[in-house]
Amino acid sequence: MFLSVKGLAKSFGNNEVLKNIDVEIKEGSVLSIIGPSGSGKTTLLRCLNALEQPDKGIFSFSDGLIINFDNKLTKKEILQLRRKSGMVFQSYNLFPHKTALENVIEGPVIVQKRNKAEVEELARELLRKVGLEDKMNLYPHQLSGGQQQRVGIARALAMEPQLMLFDEPTSALDPELIGEVLRVIKDLAKENWTMVIVTHEIQFASEVSDHVIFMDGGYIVEQGKPEEVLKHPKEERTKQFLDRILNPA
Amino acid sequence: MFLNSLLPMFLGAIKYTIPLTLISFVLGLLVALLTAMMRLSKSRIVRTPAVIYVSAIRGTPLLVQLFIIFYGLPSIGLTIDPFPSAIIAFTLNVGAYASEIIRASIQSIPIGQWEAGFTIGMTKSTALRRIILPQATRVSIPPLSNSFISLVKDTSLASLILVAELFRQAQEIAARTFDFLLLYAEAGLIYWVICFVLSLFQNKLEKRYDRYVAK
Ligand SMILES: Nc1ncnc2c1ncn2[C@@H]1O[C@H](COP(=O)(O)OP(=O)(O)OP(=O)(O)O)[C@@H](O)[C@H]1O
Ligand SMILES: [Mg+2]
Repeated sequence: MFLSVKGLAKSFGNNEVLKNIDVEIKEGSVLSIIGPSGSGKTTLLRCLNALEQPDKGIFSFSDGLIINFDNKLTKKEILQLRRKSGMVFQSYNLFPHKTALENVIEGPVIVQKRNKAEVEELARELLRKVGLEDKMNLYPHQLSGGQQQRVGIARALAMEPQLMLFDEPTSALDPELIGEVLRVIKDLAKENWTMVIVTHEIQFASEVSDHVIFMDGGYIVEQGKPEEVLKHPKEERTKQFLDRILNPA
Repeated sequence: MFLNSLLPMFLGAIKYTIPLTLISFVLGLLVALLTAMMRLSKSRIVRTPAVIYVSAIRGTPLLVQLFIIFYGLPSIGLTIDPFPSAIIAFTLNVGAYASEIIRASIQSIPIGQWEAGFTIGMTKSTALRRIILPQATRVSIPPLSNSFISLVKDTSLASLILVAELFRQAQEIAARTFDFLLLYAEAGLIYWVICFVLSLFQNKLEKRYDRYVAK
């Protein structure tokens, strides 16, 4: 088990968004999170790297690091936690004043203080891997959404995180650009990256995931292997959700 | 007359108007950055002095501020020469107005930019320095350029605390020759030329910073 989350709770004001959630993330496996809008998927993902500070909960990592949210985290703990994971945003959030290559090397050079020439070599390789070898010196506004998102993935990978987090990585994209991004994520799955993916792409989730969580109203309603949860759901709410998303009116 | 008076006015601009503008603006920007950071702080104790400072400067005439520093402070034993008095007053003035520009520019950068910085391991101050300020600079260049050009003109107020700048030269010559219209128009023309040249620089600067923005 790479990370085991116990009793995670988070409220915004009186709005209880996560209600006592337990999650286990296996080393080298892909966990997908699905569920209706407002069910707390993004919040859960953002808690995993402390972009959102949970009110309660304990994270235990396989390397022995334990983070207890019952007390407010120290700055050091937040950085420790953040440096374990990389995040890919729905809206890419590339740095607009930096080229694709500069976006990718920023973290390793400035945060990890690694040798710039080496990092550039690594960054070129990563950009090649996501199919952007000829776009390295372009600014984000010169790239399509799909290309920007692939730069976003390369930027996260460059930090060599142990865990990759994706928040609906394709939902801001035109339909014809979705495939190129999903393909990159599938390649990462083949390389046994540990990943958590929030997605509305049910077909993709069933192909790429080892484990699927269905959330609703701040709870995990159902979880299991993709063929169980996505093909033969037990819970009524899961059935309704899948029906709505697979057969839109 | 026009040509005879041109030299002293020109020297007034070179020796006082321009240095006064440049020094006050640079120092003012430093004060402004500090003030903007204080106003964006989570702590009320840090925020409050910045809020009061900005409110006081914006709520009182620049001329009154100049007079307090130059004519007022000596009565509590603090006598400052004309030029440094002017520097202090203009620095405080730029500091207050520019801090609002800088604060608004920082706040105009989407929160996702901070978060993207955090997810690659940055602390708040690194994200500010590497990600936010470079983008905020672009946003703030047009309004800051306007402040700078205003400042050039505002320095004429320093004539009233005996700084021998451009406009004071015009006043002194006019007092001898009574050519008020000619001399004041001439002074105005010189300010106009300086500001025109500055606005050319402004355009250049804006173009340079626009290169990474979609048209
Ligand atoms: N920063 C915030 N402040 C206040 N409320 C928030 C904040 N972020 C999320 N919420 C609320 O928390 C709830 C869950 O939001 P969340 O973004 O986690 O849902 P989601 O499952 O990701 O939905 P979607 O599929 O639309 O992205 C919603 O009611 C939302 O309004
Ligand atoms: Mg979401």
